[in-house]
Amino acid sequence: MQSLSVRSSVCHSLPWLGAFKRKALLTTFAVMLPVFSVSAMAADLTIGFSQIGSESGWRTSETESIKAEAERRGYDLKFSDAQQKQENQIKAVRSFIAQGVDGILLAPVVETGWDQVLKEAQRAKIPVVLIDRGVAADPSLYLTKVASDFKEEGALAASWLAAQTNGRCNIVELQGSVGSSAAIDRKTGFDSVISNFPNMTIIRSQSGNFTRAGGKEVMESFLKAEGGAKNICALFAHNDDMALGAILAMKEAGVKPTKDILVVSIDAVPDIFKAMADGEANATIELNPHLGGPAFDAILASQKGESVDKWIKANGPLYLPDTAAAEYAKRK
Amino acid sequence: MKKNKFLHKHQKTLAPLVSLVLIILVTASITPGFLSIQMVDGHLFGSLLDILHRATPTALVALGMAVVIGTRGIDLSVGAVIAISGAVTAVLTVNTDFPVWLVILCALGTGVLCGVWNGVLVSVFNIQPIVATLILMVAGRGIAQMITEGQIVTFHSDVLDAIGNGYFLAFPIRVWIAIGMIVLTLVVMRKTALGLFIEAVGANVRASRLVGIEARLLVLSAYVFSGFCAAMSGIILAADIRGADANNAGLWLELDAILAVVLAGASLAGGRIYLLLTIVGVLIIQTLTTAILTSGLPAQYNLVVKATIILAVLLIQSPKTRQWLSGFFQKKQTSVKGNTKP
Repeated sequence: MQSLSVRSSVCHSLPWLGAFKRKALLTTFAVMLPVFSVSAMAADLTIGFSQIGSESGWRTSETESIKAEAERRGYDLKFSDAQQKQENQIKAVRSFIAQGVDGILLAPVVETGWDQVLKEAQRAKIPVVLIDRGVAADPSLYLTKVASDFKEEGALAASWLAAQTNGRCNIVELQGSVGSSAAIDRKTGFDSVISNFPNMTIIRSQSGNFTRAGGKEVMESFLKAEGGAKNICALFAHNDDMALGAILAMKEAGVKPTKDILVVSIDAVPDIFKAMADGEANATIELNPHLGGPAFDAILASQKGESVDKWIKANGPLYLPDTAAAEYAKRK
Repeated sequence: MKKNKFLHKHQKTLAPLVSLVLIILVTASITPGFLSIQMVDGHLFGSLLDILHRATPTALVALGMAVVIGTRGIDLSVGAVIAISGAVTAVLTVNTDFPVWLVILCALGTGVLCGVWNGVLVSVFNIQPIVATLILMVAGRGIAQMITEGQIVTFHSDVLDAIGNGYFLAFPIRVWIAIGMIVLTLVVMRKTALGLFIEAVGANVRASRLVGIEARLLVLSAYVFSGFCAAMSGIILAADIRGADANNAGLWLELDAILAVVLAGASLAGGRIYLLLTIVGVLIIQTLTTAILTSGLPAQYNLVVKATIILAVLLIQSPKTRQWLSGFFQKKQTSVKGNTKP
């Protein structure tokens, strides 16, 4: 059933091929192109979804969540994995346009270079919803962007920390990759809140490049430079992976995470729940992967002619250790 | 005068060493406590120890790289091999009942296989090394992602923990492993004919073939050695964070390794291997990284500062600067001579 719908969907985009050639080509296409249909039942909406790839656990769960939401609503979701390449995404969007889908979800791998294909979609009157990232193109070219507000995530982390420490805390910060929007905005959001508390200061801030190894190495150097944990009250990491690396560094230096140093980070990857359940991390803020619902709603709204905001903020909640064990079991 | 002669003769050796000492001293003056070393829980503790600890993966990779560059080759795939061997280590530890030694053996074996692949492409098919190893550099990370299914696979093993972060005789175990590899490589390269042959192949393949050196096998073995070293490094890096991060493990490490070899004064045109100076090069790079992290410099300046200092070190070592410096010394000498003449 599934392979049948692959063929029919690709057939539409290749009407100029002779029947014989078509059959031979399609077998290769079906193998080469990771475009396949999730739901083959009668659907009221057909949606194309161009995903970046599956480079992180978060992205995998985003894909799963959007597929599940489509299935729940009985939509026909055409999914395409671009394997980190913009050209694959552009190809996928063009094939969605050729298939005449009702809407396109696009998680853009880079910010630039989308104008042309977005114009093609607009000409075909197909609304495009950007998922979890933005593009540097005229906002009139797409319907809306469904994404977390990184600034709000940073602000939420800072508010939690301020409440925990009564606004009195020396913070060390592990930044994400220099120049990435997640790093810049999470820092801005965090700073905007702690600037209200004169006794909350960031005493050390360095980039751990969003990786465990980076987080560990930088935390080691923080502990050396500050002469141990006595002057550090909390760690704010721009993602969970760096926090997990930093926790290892603390343990190896004889510092007890959560007791000597509070640990708050962002993303809510499964491993951080394990760390929280083990009493090694204090809080994480979810980078919401459940973006399918708001995205589909936006497409429905545009079909009805209603106006849609250019940025639908879909922020996740803050998780604490009390629910960590259950969340870990759910997400593992 | 004797001192000047010494300087002149050993300038090439001294330049990286002096650079390293200078960087350490400048950092120590900026960051108080940088030089302090304490005993904590029966092992040494301090920033200098961190440098040694953090330098081991790069040092291992650079050893292999020095040998490959000695054959007039280059191995761009080491970062990817690190990711693959780390992935093999993690997945075998989590999914099988293999004893640790077998897991390590499998991971090292994967590195050797990668080396054979590179070596065959270079020595049998005569593909240019930079292109041949580029293939695995790109594909290797994909292979690692396939093995880990795109996730960070975390594991727990006491032996691997010890390799990553354990101590023996007050020093990190991984530093001992690196020292062992360095000594072994030194002995093979300097006390056996093998080292001479490899340098000969790098200097002039044709001439060495004419004197009866089996160049193909030597080049192949250089890449196998590099793959093996990268696999060791991969095991250590995975053990360090108790997980295999296929996307980031060893990312850009090949460039650090190449830089270390060049800092040691080796030419990318082959024919010369400076193992100990390569290690000094690795220490320069790692000291810079650690120094920048402890100095409190804003993150966006990291790379610029690092690049500027590396550039300065390379300029000090450039033949032109050396010529200029020795010319300066000689002038001084002759003028001294002139004065003492009656």
